[in-house]
Amino acid sequence: MYQYDQYDHQMLAERVAQFRDQTDRYLDNKLSDSEFLPLRLQNGLYIQRLAPMLRIAVPYGLLSSRQLRKLAFIARHYDKGYGHFTTRQNIQFNWPALEDVPDLLAHLAEVEMHAIQTSGNCIRNTTTDQFAGAAVDELEDSRPYCEIIRQWSTFHPEFAYLPRKFKIAVCGTAIDQAATQVHDIGVYLIKGPDKVTGFRILAGGGLGRTPVIGQEVFEFVEKQHLLTALEAILRVYNREGRRDNKYKARIKILVKETGVDAFKAKVMAEWQKIKDGAQTLTEDEIQRCKSFFTDPAYLERSDNPEQLSQQLKQDALFQSWHSRNVHPHKQTGYAIVSVAFKETGVAPGDVTDTQLDYLADLADEYSFGEVRISHRQNVVFADVEQEKLFDLWQQLKRHSLASKNLGLLTDMICCPGGDFCALANAKSIPIAESIQRAFDNFDELTEIGELNINISGCMNACGHHHVGNIGILGVDKKGAEFYQISLGGSSRNEASLGKILGPAFAQDEIPAVIKTLVGVYKTNRIDNESFLATFQRIGMEPFKEKIYANAD
Amino acid sequence: MPTLIKNGSLEHDRWTVLKEATGPEVLRAVPNKRFIVPLKFWKDYGQELSDYQGEIAIWLDSHENVSELGDALQTFPLIALNFPVFSDGRSYTNARELRENLHYSGEIRAIGDVLRDQLFYMSRCGFNAFALRHDQDVELCLQAFTDFSTGYQSSIAEPLPLFKRR
Ligand code: SF4
Repeated sequence: MYQYDQYDHQMLAERVAQFRDQTDRYLDNKLSDSEFLPLRLQNGLYIQRLAPMLRIAVPYGLLSSRQLRKLAFIARHYDKGYGHFTTRQNIQFNWPALEDVPDLLAHLAEVEMHAIQTSGNCIRNTTTDQFAGAAVDELEDSRPYCEIIRQWSTFHPEFAYLPRKFKIAVCGTAIDQAATQVHDIGVYLIKGPDKVTGFRILAGGGLGRTPVIGQEVFEFVEKQHLLTALEAILRVYNREGRRDNKYKARIKILVKETGVDAFKAKVMAEWQKIKDGAQTLTEDEIQRCKSFFTDPAYLERSDNPEQLSQQLKQDALFQSWHSRNVHPHKQTGYAIVSVAFKETGVAPGDVTDTQLDYLADLADEYSFGEVRISHRQNVVFADVEQEKLFDLWQQLKRHSLASKNLGLLTDMICCPGGDFCALANAKSIPIAESIQRAFDNFDELTEIGELNINISGCMNACGHHHVGNIGILGVDKKGAEFYQISLGGSSRNEASLGKILGPAFAQDEIPAVIKTLVGVYKTNRIDNESFLATFQRIGMEPFKEKIYANAD
Repeated sequence: MPTLIKNGSLEHDRWTVLKEATGPEVLRAVPNKRFIVPLKFWKDYGQELSDYQGEIAIWLDSHENVSELGDALQTFPLIALNFPVFSDGRSYTNARELRENLHYSGEIRAIGDVLRDQLFYMSRCGFNAFALRHDQDVELCLQAFTDFSTGYQSSIAEPLPLFKRR
């Protein structure tokens, strides 16, 4: 994992001091609300319905046990004992008091953490595959490049007041787990001509009101040009992105209104001016960043050890947990373990201080002291010896962390919604809960198989509802909370955006609606076809018919 | 008159910004002055005013692109870039463009909604003069330039990115 040197430490300390001064001036009435707003947002601080909400950056989802313990401390001392993993691989706290935030940030700085640019109209936390570095299908570890982008985008003086927020994702694997195509910029590690590794760069993807898949701007650029290429795109966007209408301000609208070819031409014109300039990466810098993400000290182990096979045979519960939560690892004898934070009755992504401490202990014991947060709000132990999987599972069970619904219907993505978010049209957490309750039979869930449900409380789409196999969006119907359903979304390589089923439903109708949709799928599926595959084959009509049949 | 910080210290401002102007007669009525005129005004009357007994500089609004200045660029002793509101970030790109690609070495002045908390980033993008909004605390503003001791990326203030210096 990246280690700060004296420069990183110093700039972070300066940032904390700067924000302390800004907060003091604000509390002293020397800064107006509107002037303080972007300053606090660029330090992750929202003023929400109930209290401020602080979003802490977890660069590309990677956390050390030391950092987890610090987060547990913060949950205990500055919050009501819990935090919330977000769909952007960050963690949020819902209850800190404004005047405590500078102290809280100082605590975070001790463990090389911060809340810089986790909100506001600037370049946000760069995200990537939660399996990076351990995945079997990886061309190259994406994390060194995420770190390079993180440093370049942190305190970038030219791009702190963009038309709108700006999100970058990097993907180094064959199967895209980072939803790269629906980011403002999506960077893919690819092999170019002459077999050298470089990048393919898309721009203009995004969710929100007008969901779109990113368009290719750079078919291939060599590694050293990564930052100048990004800078060229950002410069065109900063100059030309719309600022007259908040809902049209994302880069996706600019790309669409300009046309991808014309947009590309503008980017190329900018790029020619700075290509090979000072920002051009050196081999030294690439190697330096790579040196922080070398393999941990793997032991010599063999795949599928005898002991594990025995345990799998003997314990059906372990077996079913294993089949859903354990993923192949590039290193012989090791495995990747996902822990689903989706217990019924607990908001998806919520984690208590005790659990955070406990995750830290488990990370130290089983996974070289690190965990990752996935954009599906789960926690990943990336480097676990297969021999120790049974132990780990038993430990997880003790803290109710062994739920095995990973990838299944009840492993939902859900934004904080109306319970916490000032922008919400409707609540989202109770919806997730009511669905979990309606599907509480694990055999049934396994039988249904892979099915993603994503829930957002409003058009801002923090719950990525457009790319859920089933998407649920909170809408406002004459002051009442309603939910619009879409089908067929996916954030995998062949990303697709869900299509709207029809008129919205009331909250209490949702579980029955989901049951009916699942019923239509089960009647129509062929062999082991997934929900998505069935939907893509049979289309919207059969679902629509069944759902709205009684209404006519 | 707004307070002016130039190259890190307070300075008496001898320039007058012409927000809007109907025609060249406005300038001729007061000879021997220094005016910062809008881009459009300069485009319309620049030629006519070439014999003006005084100095003329230019200001661009945030939606205007410095590339429109063409070859005339280097003749201006000062180019001002406007911030209609502090959260409009386009003038940062204009400033950077002026320094980095057009190699303009005269004064680049921030005008409009110029506040303490944006001064550091402005200075990194090539601004060296700041006409502060009237309500700003000058002492606090003078401290802004040391908010950070360095930055990660290549900027006008520090052309080499940190990775080439560390
Ligand atoms: S989707 Fe809407 S309701 Fe949900 S967190 Fe985002 S802004 Fe809030």
